[in-house]
Amino acid sequence: MAETHIPHPILPPPSNSVGVLGWLRRNLFSSPLNIALTLLALYLLYTLIPPLLRWALLDATWTGDNREACSAHSGACWVFIRVHFEQFLYGFYPDDQRWRVNLAAILLVLGAAPLFIRAVPDRTKIRLGLSLLIGYPIIAFVLFKGGRLGLSAVDTSSWGGLLLTLVIAGVGMIAALPLGILLALGRRSQMPAIQTLCVTFIEFWRGVPLITVLFMSSVMLPLFLPAGMNFDKLLRALIGVTLFQAAYMAEVVRGGLQAIPKGQFEAAAALGLGYWKTMALIVLPQALKLVIPGIVNTFIALFKDTSLVLIIGLFDLMNIVHNATTNPEWLGFSTEGYVFTATVYWLFCFGMSRYSQNLEKRLHTGHKR
Amino acid sequence: MPELPPASAHAPLSDQVMIEMQGVHKWYGAFHVLKEINLTVRKGERIVVCGPSGSGKSTTIRCINRLEEYQRGRIVVDGQELSNDVRQIERIRREVGMVFQHFNLFPHLTVLENCVLAPIWVRKLPRKQAEDIAMRYLERVKIPEQAGKYPGQLSGGQQQRVAIARSLCMNPKIMLFDEPTSALDPEMIKEVLDTMVTLAEDGMTMICVTHEMGFAKTVAHRVIFMDGGEIIEQNSPAEFFTHPQSDRTKLFLSQILHH
Repeated sequence: MAETHIPHPILPPPSNSVGVLGWLRRNLFSSPLNIALTLLALYLLYTLIPPLLRWALLDATWTGDNREACSAHSGACWVFIRVHFEQFLYGFYPDDQRWRVNLAAILLVLGAAPLFIRAVPDRTKIRLGLSLLIGYPIIAFVLFKGGRLGLSAVDTSSWGGLLLTLVIAGVGMIAALPLGILLALGRRSQMPAIQTLCVTFIEFWRGVPLITVLFMSSVMLPLFLPAGMNFDKLLRALIGVTLFQAAYMAEVVRGGLQAIPKGQFEAAAALGLGYWKTMALIVLPQALKLVIPGIVNTFIALFKDTSLVLIIGLFDLMNIVHNATTNPEWLGFSTEGYVFTATVYWLFCFGMSRYSQNLEKRLHTGHKR
Repeated sequence: MPELPPASAHAPLSDQVMIEMQGVHKWYGAFHVLKEINLTVRKGERIVVCGPSGSGKSTTIRCINRLEEYQRGRIVVDGQELSNDVRQIERIRREVGMVFQHFNLFPHLTVLENCVLAPIWVRKLPRKQAEDIAMRYLERVKIPEQAGKYPGQLSGGQQQRVAIARSLCMNPKIMLFDEPTSALDPEMIKEVLDTMVTLAEDGMTMICVTHEMGFAKTVAHRVIFMDGGEIIEQNSPAEFFTHPQSDRTKLFLSQILHH
């Protein structure tokens, strides 16, 4: 007798395991402890959010141009930020020359925009990215510093605010990554001289705090230089930050290099590729992709560490806000100042973090290891 | 697999020597892995190397393109002697294709990019020409439709065929196969062996480390048996399988043929 198999009907899942209710049950009310923690969290939010909103938005002062405007309200005095906003952005950069900074910013946005558009082919993106990496710093430097092409010279000591923060972070990132890659390759080199050199360099710079590096560059370095020779304080800080960051970057990249299977090197060698081509075409693209989270982590740390330059008297965003809060005319508004500073830092760091996640997803080629 | 007439019935091999290994010794630290390897491979000759694991089979063929260093002896490939000169080594590697047990495709590149990379960067071919050549070889290994995919999206057998195509794109004079089917599921072994057979039909000089005795019987001119870092015995497949000379060969054959 032939039995026909009747397929079991497809049933919907139990209603309490899907939808909003299912989600709530699974994530917030799955056990007595979870219920207690959920209620506690709700209570904390209830006590914290309303006063915060009242201070930052509802009772805050948004208009006016002096501190008296703020006395009518009990909340935050955003007038303080408004009045100093240009200063926070440009530092002491001369008013009539600020268009140069704006122009550089617009050029960067226009130049980099195609990198974020999905439809642009990858090959074009790589070419554009590389030419930006090399070309843009030169353009930006000429625009900021001036002294040629009919632009009046602006001394680096008057650069400040967000501009200075971005200059230090940008130079640190752009210069530290290639240097770090070279150091990582050197540390794995078969040649003992190169290996020793790289290990010594990395271990030295990783072993000292950034503050010490900055102090040394601004206080001690001039002692060793011949009398009369003077190099720019900002340049010295940039070199210090770059070398310091390169050592960290080298170790991040080395982690990626170690994850590349030996077979990749062998396959490249068997095809007749030399050392540099193997590294550039086969090993580094894979290794760097693996360590994107580590690289971005280092970048974010660097971005925030730029605030340390205040100890050598550079007025980056952090320092210039701090400076404004000590202005006798505007005493008592340091909370607003630091909340503003924190928000700006957070926006940049969060942006980097999101971009890196996006990049990781896009570069995933479904390969298994 | 397509039946080839027995290798002995082929046209006589040319006298041109492609690979000459003379008294090659290799040590890993104090461990003597290769002992007095002497091997001459003529143009168009197909050799299968077999033996128990750890016998030095892979190490021997990896010496030919200098993936392994050796401490004594000399190896001449296509008239050029291997030395410590990096340029000389790279020149020889261009002429010697290699297929690995674990494929070793470049996972960040598509199948087509895997195939054109070396022709473009080593042979300096224009991209268009390199792509034409690559598509021709991908058609030969019967996977032109996968050209735009990444290796991670292919089956093991497909990956190994891409690896063969990648090597062929360099137009090598010699192909080395290092256990090309050992990492494959049984149903995929055949497609890779078939590809290797078509290669043999075209007169490619091949050295193949494998345990596929069927392949050895139909394709090889000569079978080499290694054990303990030495070449124990070499003979035509007909003689090798029916009248093995040494006891170790007999033991090995009884173990691999009767399981």
